[in-house]
Amino acid sequence: MKLDAKIPAGSVSQKWDKYRFDLKLVNPANKRKFDVLIVGSGLAGASAAATLAELGYNVKVFCLQDSPRRAHSIAAQGGINAAKNYPNDGDSVWRLFYDTVKGGDYRAREANVYRLAQVSNSIIDQCVAQGVPFAREYGGALDNRSFGGAQVSRTFYARGQTGQQLLLGAYSSLMRQVNKKQVQIFPRREMAELVVIDGVARGIVVRNLITGQFESYAGHAVLLATGGYGNTFYLSTNANSCNVSAAWRAYKKGAGFANPCFTQIHPTCIPQSGEHQAKLTLMSESLRNDGRVWVPKKKGDTRSPDQIPDSERDYYLERQYPTFGNLVPRDVASRAAKRMIDEGRGVGKTGLSVYLDFADAVKRQGKAKIVEKYGNLFDMYHHLTAEDPYRVPMRIYPAVHYAMGGLWVDYNLMTTIPGLFCLGEANFSDHGANRLGASALMQGLGDGYFIIPYTLGGYLASTKLPKAGTDHQAFAEAQRLAHERVKRLLSSKGKRTPVSFHKELGKLLWSNCGMSRNEKGLKEALAKIPAIREEFWNNLVVSGSGNDFNQTLERASRVGDYLEFAELLVRDALERKESCGGHFREESQTPDNEAKRDDANFSHAAVWEHAGEGKDPIRNQEPLTFTDVVPSQRSYA
Amino acid sequence: MNLTLRVWRQKGPKEKGHFETYQVQDVTPEMSFFEALDKVNEELITAGREPIAFDHDCREGICGTCSLTINGQPHGPDEAATGCQLHLRAFKSGDTITIEPFRARAFPVIKDLVIDRSALDRVMTAGGFVSVNTGSAAEANSILVPKDKSDAAMDAAACIGCGACVAACPNASAMLFVSAKVSHFALLPQGKPERDRRVLAMQKQMDLEGFGNCSNESECEAVCPKEIKVCNIARMNREFLRAIFWSKE
Ligand SMILES: Cc1cc2nc3c(=O)[nH]c(=O)nc-3n(C[C@H](O)[C@H](O)[C@H](O)COP(=O)(O)OP(=O)(O)OC[C@H]3O[C@@H](n4cnc5c(N)ncnc54)[C@H](O)[C@@H]3O)c2cc1C
Ligand code: FES
Repeated sequence: MKLDAKIPAGSVSQKWDKYRFDLKLVNPANKRKFDVLIVGSGLAGASAAATLAELGYNVKVFCLQDSPRRAHSIAAQGGINAAKNYPNDGDSVWRLFYDTVKGGDYRAREANVYRLAQVSNSIIDQCVAQGVPFAREYGGALDNRSFGGAQVSRTFYARGQTGQQLLLGAYSSLMRQVNKKQVQIFPRREMAELVVIDGVARGIVVRNLITGQFESYAGHAVLLATGGYGNTFYLSTNANSCNVSAAWRAYKKGAGFANPCFTQIHPTCIPQSGEHQAKLTLMSESLRNDGRVWVPKKKGDTRSPDQIPDSERDYYLERQYPTFGNLVPRDVASRAAKRMIDEGRGVGKTGLSVYLDFADAVKRQGKAKIVEKYGNLFDMYHHLTAEDPYRVPMRIYPAVHYAMGGLWVDYNLMTTIPGLFCLGEANFSDHGANRLGASALMQGLGDGYFIIPYTLGGYLASTKLPKAGTDHQAFAEAQRLAHERVKRLLSSKGKRTPVSFHKELGKLLWSNCGMSRNEKGLKEALAKIPAIREEFWNNLVVSGSGNDFNQTLERASRVGDYLEFAELLVRDALERKESCGGHFREESQTPDNEAKRDDANFSHAAVWEHAGEGKDPIRNQEPLTFTDVVPSQRSYA
Repeated sequence: MNLTLRVWRQKGPKEKGHFETYQVQDVTPEMSFFEALDKVNEELITAGREPIAFDHDCREGICGTCSLTINGQPHGPDEAATGCQLHLRAFKSGDTITIEPFRARAFPVIKDLVIDRSALDRVMTAGGFVSVNTGSAAEANSILVPKDKSDAAMDAAACIGCGACVAACPNASAMLFVSAKVSHFALLPQGKPERDRRVLAMQKQMDLEGFGNCSNESECEAVCPKEIKVCNIARMNREFLRAIFWSKE
């Protein structure tokens, strides 16, 4: 596999401007001759679709939900970063760039991260122009708050519903283009196959989730904006429909998959209450602006929190990391919570949680201010737990949340398959081994509004694409594969449901490839996954037919993909013998139990290549070089 | 605890539906209502029978996907919450719970409890946007918005587009949904240039989709999981009159 990141020459701050100038342009009158297929209508997909349509391309958008507005981005709570420096507290494009590279534990590409920081300010301008109701000060200007891993306030927010408001903004721009007939939306469609003709991505086959029929669509480029694979772990903060299937189909057709072991475990989620649980609920990182994290100093202290005086509490983040306090990055906060719980100082019935306490904040700022800042999050917590967080501290525990890994893309956001681009959480690019809070929304919108419109134009203007319609035999072949898969899933007349396999896989991954990983556990998982997969194909039961709305079939198909992908995830974790960011190998830690990188051997992105069914995948490397942010042991103390 | 569920089953849009009864045993009060449905479905699938089709995604009250009428109430008995946020502690062991899809002429049933709400998207397509191309935006703080206006716009913008308001209305009117979007934009300077066009286009599409008229029942406000207020409808009516009498559109 040839990996050319196509990073432009020149100083990091000049690269993007110079590159945009060098890119070939598509003549305005020619744009309407190009069909662009976009899979996904989250922040990345919707922003790309709206913008490309405004430029004049013909765009088709596909999504799983009944409406593009319900993509998983809708659930993002806390905020979106930008280097506006409105609070005058020392922020700049350079600082956002620096914080992101450092936060990612030096495993991201400098050129991409700098570009992201550069476009961040335009994102805020764009969203405000669309009417996104960001929080404001009394003077009418925009308000900011702080997020983890930064010492400046650069996060813009709309109460605890930032993702919803940003997505509704992008969706409204998208619907405006539907109105103009520049975009066609295909909801309740699942991508079943990528169609590659002469080595170039030229179309997709999707399953219509209402009729069960397969449909073919041809285009000049395919954009995947299909989100992250956190649901591989079964329990995560992701919505039910999040999956790895589209990316996995692309991988099987030759797209490199980068750093699958880089998964983010978010420190503040509502703890699991029992076996029945179908998903976990996030409590936004923004809460760490005002909430203080603590556990009792004594082991096995079962007193209720109000009975534990201040002197017998351990505000362990403030103690261990005085500079960043409660606002250390997520990987650091999650591992610290795990250490407290492993020491036997966890709280709640199961001992599997720590406190996030707002008593001081309510005292200092008044309840009204806290309601204004976090009202909907407190309500959400209340609905779920029947406890009132204004009076009793929240109980929180880490949970799988985000995928830093994803399809490998070059500087143009193109995968190793020409004509196949990947945007948003689905690609691997900008967050290295750990994403900072409020940076996923920034990246999704940066990719869609401000990067792909240029780089896609460059591709289309400089590539000769022969005619290839859905009558090409490659589409018939892709449909045949898709049909066969459904037939195989329906024909298995076993005893176990898709969900039962998914749960089994999730438990294995969480215990052997979760917050901390070691060689023995990883090897064990690697041995067990193929066995679960084999049972899946022999003992699965899927009721109903393939010719109508069938949620069990949908789930079965996705679980089949998780069972393959999980093996790659574990293999990647095994091969990366260093710790970095969210990937914590017990064999590689500092004396204070922090992640210890091994730059001499692992300063690269691991890019996996499909070698054929039944064959071990091939591990390729994209070396990472740092010229502007010199790697050092990360310190937040 | 044990529960009896009476569930609407309907094979397809054109088939006739009926209620079927299921027993759920050994569930606990901290389980969500949907997790009880999951349990029934797992048992049905294992028995080789078709599970109950129902829409859900985020399961935390933000995506607007879930669309169940529970004991006659869209989203069920909890105030200011969606069906996916409902927990079994709202019920007693031995209770019988009736589950139907959101019912409205404009929301045809696809299967069982799954409905087609694309009418709402078409209303948005008609005018639920600010016409601004990417790249042409002014510096964000060059538009100052008084905090009270911005907060009120956010209150309206919080709508999750679930359609519970339509299902609760005796006329199956979509006025609360449409007025929330019209208000969100009408309250902000960014929405002003197109206010007349927007309200006229969205209302026209709303009528075309077969939604009913508003007769001030306020049932919509009572079931709205995001507590969107009927004062938005009053605001939309003013916007509409303004557009009819003063606009050049
Ligand atoms: C609870 C929660 C809170 C968060 N809060 C924040 C925050 O405050 N700040 C922040 O920066 N980030 C946050 N994140 C992360 C952020 O929300 C996501 O990373 C981001 O929204 C992903 O956007 P996306 O456009 O890449 O994908 P998504 O929004 O996940 O969209 C994926 C799209 O692809 C479609 N799709 C997927 N698979 C297929 C398929 N096989 N066929 C067809 N269509 C498919 C889906 O239908 C959907 O339209 C949060 C995440 C969670 C889970
Ligand atoms: S499932 Fe998202 S609101 Fe209920």
